[in-house]
Order: sequence, then C-alpha cells, then structure tokens
Amino acid sequence: MSSIPVTVIGGYLGAGKTTLVNQLLRQAGGQRLAVLVNDFGKLPIDEDLIENRDGDTLALAGGCVCCSFGSDLVDALRRLAARSPRPARLLVEASGVALPRAIAATVSLIADYANDGIVVLVDSRTVRRQAADSYLGDTITRQLREAGLILATKIDLIDLEARTQVRTWLEDYAPVLECERGQVALELLAGAMPPARGLSFAAGAPHPAYVAVSLEGLGACDLARLASSLRDPALGILRAKGILADGAGVVNALHLVAGEVEWAPTPAAHAGRLVCIGLRDQLDGPRIRLLAESCARA
Amino acid sequence: MFTLYRARRILTMNPARPAATHVAVRDGRILGTGSAEELSGWGRHELDDRFAGKVLMPGLVEGHSHAMEGTFWRYVYCGYFERMDPDGHLWPGAQTIDAVVARLQTAAAALADAHAPLSGWALDPIYFNNVRVVRADLDRVSLERPVGVLHASAHILNVNTRALQLAGLLRQGIDHPGMPLGADGLPTGELKGPDAMAMAAGHVGFDREVLAADELGLRHFGRLCVRKGVTTVTDLANLLPDAAVEMMLRVTGEASYPVRVVSLLRLQQLSGRALIERALALRAMSTERLRLGMVKLVADGSIQGFSARMRNPGYYNGAPNGLWYIPHEKLREAYRLALANGVQVHTHTNGDEATELVLDCIEEALRAHPWPDHRFTLQHCQLADAAQFRRMKALGMCVNLFPNHHFYWGDAHYALTVGPERAERMNACATALANGVPLAIHSDAPVTPLGPLFTAWCAVNRQTASGRILGEHERITVADALRTITLGAAYTLRLDGEVGSIESGKRADFAVLEDDPTEIGAAHLKDVRIWGTVQGGRVFPAEAQ
Repeated sequence: MSSIPVTVIGGYLGAGKTTLVNQLLRQAGGQRLAVLVNDFGKLPIDEDLIENRDGDTLALAGGCVCCSFGSDLVDALRRLAARSPRPARLLVEASGVALPRAIAATVSLIADYANDGIVVLVDSRTVRRQAADSYLGDTITRQLREAGLILATKIDLIDLEARTQVRTWLEDYAPVLECERGQVALELLAGAMPPARGLSFAAGAPHPAYVAVSLEGLGACDLARLASSLRDPALGILRAKGILADGAGVVNALHLVAGEVEWAPTPAAHAGRLVCIGLRDQLDGPRIRLLAESCARA
Repeated sequence: MFTLYRARRILTMNPARPAATHVAVRDGRILGTGSAEELSGWGRHELDDRFAGKVLMPGLVEGHSHAMEGTFWRYVYCGYFERMDPDGHLWPGAQTIDAVVARLQTAAAALADAHAPLSGWALDPIYFNNVRVVRADLDRVSLERPVGVLHASAHILNVNTRALQLAGLLRQGIDHPGMPLGADGLPTGELKGPDAMAMAAGHVGFDREVLAADELGLRHFGRLCVRKGVTTVTDLANLLPDAAVEMMLRVTGEASYPVRVVSLLRLQQLSGRALIERALALRAMSTERLRLGMVKLVADGSIQGFSARMRNPGYYNGAPNGLWYIPHEKLREAYRLALANGVQVHTHTNGDEATELVLDCIEEALRAHPWPDHRFTLQHCQLADAAQFRRMKALGMCVNLFPNHHFYWGDAHYALTVGPERAERMNACATALANGVPLAIHSDAPVTPLGPLFTAWCAVNRQTASGRILGEHERITVADALRTITLGAAYTLRLDGEVGSIESGKRADFAVLEDDPTEIGAAHLKDVRIWGTVQGGRVFPAEAQ
C-alpha cells in the first residue's frame, strides 16, 4: 500500500490556517483529504462542509474527514490510517505555538505516511510584530525556519510597499507564496519540504515566486471555450483548477496541468470557482479574470 | 451524642488555641477543641482514648498531585530512593542499572505468560552519573517479552529490543528528536517526549485505557493518602470525561473511601467557552468527597527537560529556550472567561518567562473582569524571582511551589539547567511568605512521592539529594511549613473555611501522628511516623489499608 502524503500546516493564531484548510477541503474535488487539528477550540471546519459528527471526528463532503488529536498525535495518526476508505492525503493543522518539524518527525515514524510538506502561514500584517514580541518572537522565527514554504496571507489588506517588505523579510527563511483568503492550490503545497529534509520545494526553483488568481461566483460556463482560452501561454498559467457548472448546469472539475486541460463531472456542491497559479511576473490575472467571466456569461 | 477524642497533643492551626488535649466530633464535624471539661458542655458523649498517645494535626492537604500515583503502583518500582507503596511496603531504592534490571528480572520470573509485557516506573538515570539506559540493559530482563520503564519525570520511556520490534521501530533511517540512535543506526530504546513514547507505550503495558479512569488506581491513591496523613488530595490535571467522572463519583462516594479528592479539569481540545461551561457543569456535580469545577492550564514545560520558558539569560548550559504549550491568546481568553464566570484557574508555569507571561495575562484579564477573591494559583512556578512574587501579591494570586523537586533535582539545576545563583532562588518559599503570597507546597506525585511532611522537610531544609543546602535564605520555619501543608494548601483550593485547621465547625479531618512534628526537630520532620487519619469523622488506621 502506498503511503499517505502529509502536509503539516503551521503558523500562529490568526495566520489563516483554518481558512486554508477549509479552502483546501473545498477544492479537494473527490480526493479524500483527512485533516488533523490540534488547537484549543472546536473543530474549525465550515458548517456547510460537514456531513456528520461522531465525537471528535467530522465526516466531510466528498469523503473527507477531520479529527482533533489533543496530546496523542500518534494514536490519531494510527486511527486515521486504519480508516476505510483510506485518506488520499493528510493535512495536519498544528497548534499556534507548535514547532511543525516536530510533528513531521513524528509522522515519519509511522510507515503509513510520508511527509510531503511543511507549510507555515503568516499574517502579512502582523508577522514582523510577532517576530519582535519578547514572549513569542523566537517561536515565530523557529516556525519560519522550519518551513518548506511560507504562505503569506492577508496580502490584500496591506499596501504594495509593505507587501514587498514583508515578502523580502520572509524570503530569508523559506520560499514565499502570497495568498488571499486561503486561495492556494493543493498541488502547490505538495512537496514543500524544507531543504534539510532532502526534498526541496518545486525542483529547480529554489525561490519560486508563485501567485494565484482565484475567482469565485462564476456562472455556468462554456467549458470547451474556457479550456481553449486557458491554454494560451501568454496567460502564464502553470496550473489551474476549477469547479464549474457547464452549459447544462452539470458541475465539473476542470484541471490544467502542463498545458493540457481536462474536465469531468464531479460531486462537488459549490460550483463557480477557478484558481490559476503561475509565476508572479508572468501570470496575467486581469486577462484571466476577463476571459473566465466572458465564458461564464456565454 | 458526640465523640470526645483525647490526644497527647492536638496542633490545631487555630491561633486562638494553638494546642489542646481534646477534640469533640459530631457527625463528621468538629464541635471544638479544648479540655475535657470545656467540651463536655456539648452534652452526652463517648470518650475515645485510642489517640491518647498520639499527636493530632489538621488532615494534611496535598495541593498538587495526580491520581496516577495510585495507578503506577501496579508497575515495578525502579526509583533510586526508597518509596512506600499503597500496602505500606517500603521499596528500597534501585541504585544501579544492575539493581533495576535485577528487580525487573524478579518481577518477570513471577509472570506466567512468557510474552506478557513488563512495565516499570520511576527510573532516574541522573543518579547513575547520567549514563543512558539502553535496550541492551532491558534485554537482560527478557528478549521475548516487551519491557518498558518509565522515567520519574514521566517524559521518557526506556524499552527493550522486543518492544521496539513490536512498535515497528527496530529499523534504520529513523529521524526523530525523541529517538536517539546507537552506533548501529538503530534506536537505543530511549523514547523521549509524548510522541516517541506513544509509539511503544501500548506494547509495554502503559495503555491509554489503563491510565484513564483507573478505578483500581484511585483506590490505591486513597490508601496511600491514609499512610501519608492526607485527608484532602488533588488530582490536578484530569480530562474528566463522563466515564471518569462517573467512576470517581462512585468510588469516592463509598463509605470507606478515605480522602476528599479535588480533581481539576485540564484544558485540551476545548475552546475557552466550552472549557468554562464544562467546569461549571462539573462544579454542580461536586460531592463532599469529590470536588470539581476548577481548571488547570499548562503554560510551558519543565526546567530539567529544557522545555520550560526562560527569561534572559536562559539556560546555564546554553540549551535553546523551551516551548510554549498554549497560544497566548488562548490563555488570555481562558482567564477572561474564567474570571467573568467565577471559575478558579490553576496554571502550570516552570520557567520565569512563563510565569511573567501568565502574570501579564491575568493582570490584563483582571482589569476587564475584577474578582477580588479569585485565588488563581501558579503551580510549580519554580524559578519566580522576588519581583514576580510581589506581582503575585498585588494581583491577589496564590502560589504552590515544589520543594520536593529541589531535593531530587536541585543538584542538576545547580550544575546544568539554571546555574548556581538561580538554583538557590528556586522554589522561593520564604520570599512568598515574606511578600504575603498565599503559599502551598507540593509533591506532584507520582513525579515525586506523595507525603506532605516530607515536602515540609524539603521546604524547611532545602537540602538536595547530594546533601547540599541550596538557597539557605529561602528556608522556612517548621511552623510555617506545617501551616502551609494544611491551611495554606486548603486556601488555594478554596477549602480553608472547611478544612486545614482543627476548629469548631470544620470537617473532622486529622492526621494522626506518633511523633510531634514541632518537637522532632527540623532535620527530622520527614521521619514523623504516621498512624493514619481521621477523615470526616471516620477513622482510618494506616495498617488496615
């Protein structure tokens, strides 16, 4: 049996871990994601994703599942691996003060799993203040040092100059991906292990500067037309994923990988979303938005 | 009709009449102390002379222990120092690795099943010149059965080769900070921290199911309390699931259960609001012998484990700073909600930075939700300095210090963790009293042995295991120590109006002693012989336990 890839998601309170997890669950598209949560609160999953509750386990839309692990991560990992059907990928949401590499080390002990990334989120507005806090600073910087990828969130809430400054500062710790409201493709988080563990983020690109354009609330689309538009290399799209209704109102998952676009019906409930990822200086966000909206209107 | 006990001497902790010869008891309560003549005014009575040669003290109060002390006695005791089990058997210390192995071999020989796991506890290699225990040592006990020995700190587990095999850990390529590897690239069998331990714990008999809601353990805990003169004991960090509460209510409710248990709800996987709601619901379920409704938070780790949060200048050996165990906003939220709802909170802090943060958070919460008599208590609080004690006083806080730790690990603190100067100020009982901070002292059993008179000896003498007097200026008097293990601890549990002294109207809780702790001499306080207890008017001889 192949091992379950694991992404550890770290970062202090308010950095957007919960938003990211919910966002990733929404774009799971039939992939059975499991989420382990260790924080001092109720399981932080959006209500509309929850299908059933059973003690500290939530059954989620699309075969996904969420459990809390308290002080016994090992037990939670074992129980999760024993589930049938087996999860296709695990996201571990660490406590706000946890050091994510310690969690990855524990994951590495259990044969059912393989570490596939340490992603540390930061609130772009507050991270530098937190890093200078006398109580918290060393915890924040230790988290950043352990990251394979830093997700800088809430960038829409600061101006360009501040954004550049915080990004430059963060890049000393690990590659940075900026995002708004947790809009980042799951594929981009895969393999985001820190270099010391032998894997590097996106082979051949030590400091890639990816950005994502994400669109919500798109109406029914002419998918064939959209697909041919998205193939245009001038748009700079490396990967795209959409959950979109076609002309007949059937919900489809659309993927663009390596220049090829495919789509197929999917059980996802919330259609009308499209996320495109590309290099920061190449991705043409405004045109993508325009094209998508014109296909949706057609 | 009441019972009039005559004693050699009764130390009441009531300053109005500090010593007496008689105490009158009716329906589990004290009518009063004094002479037979004074007390006969209460009416018809029966004179009970069984304590005529004994000394009575208020029943001792252990303000920080865990019912796990009772649970661990089902495993083989492997500690360095002698220790009394619930049957009253005094186990000699196992003072070399060979002695530990021999003791485990004896226990293994008594097991019928050749593959059954064997578990030990209270190992402390710090006394074996810090030489690491490895799987080859425990392989001498058995190659067939899994063997595991938990350290005194309860944060490290040593296992044998068979246990590693069963846990799937006998392989190369393991890369985990809690699993040191030998020259062969295989784990040495030392498993450090909860995650590494959890990998093998189930295979060596430390099952989660056994450790949670353990009825037998709770019974052993009660018996041990009688032997130590304890009539009110804390179980300071319990997740208190419904099944555990139900069991505890049933067991403590039995007519023969000898001690009042105060069990605190530990924060885990609960939001601040859910925590407070659960605490209030638990409080409503309290009985005479099971007190519920207080909350325990943990801010940092331990000093000897280098996981405590230290202020500048940090660890003496240069180890990096420790870990926060809870996000600070969560602490603040919990304090705010607790103050607003009248729920008392006890917080574990060890390093002085953790203490400072908690003081900051409580000060801030108090500004929003003043509660003049909150009695929020810092537990362990080992490294607090004088300025922090002054803040505690100003904020109306209590402190429960850990003198036993000073005895067992003071030498390591001096040489390794915090260095000579700060080691001398650790567990600053005298500073707490001088500043008027309500003080309790504790054992943290099973981390160190339950026994408030031993804890009092530690606070009075501040002697370490090697014989060093560490921090002479922080020694307290015998009188202060005795008050601290009765009224002092009761105050931190909001029980000082009910227990902690022998006076009219209070519960008839006594420690029954063969020796007078005020006469035996400070150096011998730990040697006071204990006959048993009276709890709620019920008499419990230690020898019958």
